[in-house]
Amino acid sequence: MSGLLEVEDLHVWFDLPHQRELHVVQGVSFGVDRGERLGLVGESGCGKTTTILALMGLLPPTASVAGRVMLDGEDVLTRGERSLAPRRWKDVSMVFQGAMNAFNPVRRVGEQLVEPMELHGIAGGQMAERRAGELLERVGIPAARARSYPHEFSGGMRQRAAIAMALACNPKLLLADEPTTALDVMVQAQILELLIALANDLGLALILVTHDLPVVAQTCTAAAVMYAGEIVETGPMDALYHGPKHPYTRLLFAATPDLESRDVVVSIPGAPPRLDEAIAGCPFRPRCDRAISRCGVERPRLLQVGHDHEAACHVAERATEPLASGGAGLAGEA
Amino acid sequence: MSGNGSGPLLEVEDLVVRYPVKRGLAGAAAGQQRRYVHAVSGVSFTVSRGEMVALVGESGCGKTTTAQAVLRLVRPESGSVRFDGIDVIGLEPKELRRLRRRMQIIYQDPYESLDPRFRVEATVAEALIVHREGTRTERRRRIEQALELAGLTPPELYLDRYPHELSGGQRQRVAIAASLALGPDLLVADEPVSMLDVSVRAGILTILDELRDRGLAVLMITHDLSTAARFADRICVMYLGRIVEEGPAVQVIEDARHPYTKALLSVVPRRDPRRRVEPQILRGETPNPIDVPPGCRFHPRCPVAVPDCRTIDPELRASAGAAAEGHRAACILADS
Amino acid sequence: MTAVEQVSEVPAPRARVPRLRRVLESPVFATKQSLAGLIILVLFVLVALIGPLFIHGDVREKVGPVFAPPSSKFWLGTDGGGADMVKLLVMGARVSLLVGFAAAAVSALIGGVIGLLSGFVGGKTDIVLMRITDYVLVIPDIPLMIVVAALFGRSLTNIILIIGVIYWTSTARLLRAQTKSIRERVYVQRARALGASNTRLMLRHVLPQLTPLLIANTVLLIAYAIFAETFITFLGLGDPSVVSWGRLIENAFTDDAILNNAWWAIVPPGVCVTIVVLACTMMGQALEDSFNPRLRSGHLSVRRFRLRPVPPPREVE
Repeated sequence: MSGLLEVEDLHVWFDLPHQRELHVVQGVSFGVDRGERLGLVGESGCGKTTTILALMGLLPPTASVAGRVMLDGEDVLTRGERSLAPRRWKDVSMVFQGAMNAFNPVRRVGEQLVEPMELHGIAGGQMAERRAGELLERVGIPAARARSYPHEFSGGMRQRAAIAMALACNPKLLLADEPTTALDVMVQAQILELLIALANDLGLALILVTHDLPVVAQTCTAAAVMYAGEIVETGPMDALYHGPKHPYTRLLFAATPDLESRDVVVSIPGAPPRLDEAIAGCPFRPRCDRAISRCGVERPRLLQVGHDHEAACHVAERATEPLASGGAGLAGEA
Repeated sequence: MSGNGSGPLLEVEDLVVRYPVKRGLAGAAAGQQRRYVHAVSGVSFTVSRGEMVALVGESGCGKTTTAQAVLRLVRPESGSVRFDGIDVIGLEPKELRRLRRRMQIIYQDPYESLDPRFRVEATVAEALIVHREGTRTERRRRIEQALELAGLTPPELYLDRYPHELSGGQRQRVAIAASLALGPDLLVADEPVSMLDVSVRAGILTILDELRDRGLAVLMITHDLSTAARFADRICVMYLGRIVEEGPAVQVIEDARHPYTKALLSVVPRRDPRRRVEPQILRGETPNPIDVPPGCRFHPRCPVAVPDCRTIDPELRASAGAAAEGHRAACILADS
Repeated sequence: MTAVEQVSEVPAPRARVPRLRRVLESPVFATKQSLAGLIILVLFVLVALIGPLFIHGDVREKVGPVFAPPSSKFWLGTDGGGADMVKLLVMGARVSLLVGFAAAAVSALIGGVIGLLSGFVGGKTDIVLMRITDYVLVIPDIPLMIVVAALFGRSLTNIILIIGVIYWTSTARLLRAQTKSIRERVYVQRARALGASNTRLMLRHVLPQLTPLLIANTVLLIAYAIFAETFITFLGLGDPSVVSWGRLIENAFTDDAILNNAWWAIVPPGVCVTIVVLACTMMGQALEDSFNPRLRSGHLSVRRFRLRPVPPPREVE
């Protein structure tokens, strides 16, 4: 299976004082193809942001990495900056968390769009300016606004401009880290609509990192749920919602209030495990409502549980009927 | 200072809050009209004991300012706020201080709302100390009770912790306990869970839910319609300083009458990937509260606006055929 | 409550870091620089406290030949009056450090109060206090010291007060800025909404947040104060009844030490002042860097992460 992006067994550690380490990403594997929209979902501390930063090689010096990241079949991680730098922004680009606030306030928006083009030798001078205008139009901003300063844009417009900047060098893969978190729901809808259109029109592969399950449900074709640094379940959105195989996925949906559901919304008791200590068995076991004795001893691996659907859970292998507890309404909603 | 026992606990009527925009000398000299940020332009609603009312809206709609005005943390231009029959706005400072014991607020950011140098016990005790309530032992007991109400059991485990030793959810519970220590009648919760992880939100909201069962009135400010739909008894949808629709939560969600509410409901993402609602994405963004459109505030972005909407500023009124009483919308087309 | 959970709804907070560990992690130990500064300062303080216990009689008594060079009897020789330089230095340490600490404390107090009030209360109070600060800032310190010394006499107390009254402005400015920012924090707003009085807010909520910065600033002030005392005394405005490092330098000049090639009468006190000032500066800078939020540098992603081999797959039981 060689898609545009293949991540194999990615690990990331951060150095901590006193010779300790934080194992932030613990063996993550997934892939995305052109035109696909993959959601990377999880709560704070699960490692999703670090994972995509690793894809672009944007980790601090306190980080150490293992595993393979294959872009178009080439392993970009092992050769470090030499293989990453030429691809950065041209093959893979990113819309960072809070990107809307990352504009230089004293330069015009158009100039800031031109900058990556010139840096990467895509275009220069007049042609670059024209392209900047085109990019703005593509994200729904009139080209004439290229002459405005960032503070003259609203939050939603700045986010669009940030997306335009990410598209400046025609990447094949776009990583979006919480692109709509600070935005109003209407603006969020606009941005998500834009991202879907871009994926469809440009054949862009999209990885959407967020903690917001409904956003992923409505925007992505497939998702990978992360917990404590690893992917605990991955598969098509439909399968994840209507037939989750990992208790965390099921409980996470059950903890999310829905406009149309009368279900009781339930928290997940407990808290995620510390990542600076080795975890025995399944990291979710202390909070799981289905744990068996095997869960405390053996760490589950991601195994096939359906078509294109994988889960890392000992109990998932056994479940053939919908799991009934907590978020019961999942299988039969009004 | 006793109020009437029956009727709503909190009554807000025609509340107006506006801030002047600085003109500068040059502007004033040129005879420029003084302009205002019309944060709240005539808001009326009530909250009864045992009821949770959600003020819902996008940023800039005035929901937070309304809550601040209710607690008299900002001074309204006009309108009235009556708490248990008492006029809040006209109160003398000393009486306001006494009244403040019965209205408490919980803030959005659990990482900032606790003094990092105060242990949990000190934070929760502060209200009691400031209002000189009880002896040391009595206070201790009330603190422990408050912590238990907030789900932090056993309370002894948390008393001498510092905020940085607690998770976001725990901190928010401490903030809730701190506001419960004085036994308030009204709790204003400003986005109480928006900065918490999804898996802990329900726990916090459930506490508010249960407090409501004990007779507390809760005014919840939120931008999250899904949360409001699930937890609130009544929802007031705000747009540009006005309430455009209000009513029982179920009614507002299932039988929305105002175009803005309908549009908002259509773009809220659902959990179920199969539920693809046709989103009515409004173009543009909410206009500036300084330049409020004439007529109906919403008409420039309204998908069903008619020419009359440019001139008529609709009142909040019950629409024909609305299933429940108390379901009102501010739209001349609401009846259709 | 919702269904009974087999795991407690709210996890227990983590174990406390032991106190000693926390003290050791305090920023004063963060850099070698500040640690060195601390050690040096402590050494000098110890000498200043304990040294005089071993010295009997008036230190300025003639006990040897005038300007005798260093020898096994007098490790740093004698001064222009035949007194033992080492003993003089030790006594001098006591006075210089005392003035330094006391004057810094006076500055910190004045500057702290003004900064806190100004920043918290705002409005007219702020304007008035800041004007006063500006005026004091502009006053030239040396002429003022000369005038005060001439008017009020040259006692140690006066010296301390003069220095204290001149140097509080930087503290006031710093604390005012910090206070303004702390005042807006949510927990302060919350306490206010609760009904807490301004006094309570200032003392219980704002002041504790200011203390680290105040300490850092005061340590730097000590450096200034010691130097100021040395300078004042050297100009002849010092208290004639006490021995301080500045006095030693002044004496050396009036006794023509240089003409007599008696470097041991001039250099050691100067070196002492320099070392102490340096120590305070090193410590103060480190403290200030760690406490002042604006000075913290963010991540500058150098993009030089390290590669490791993939860890072996976990054991399957």
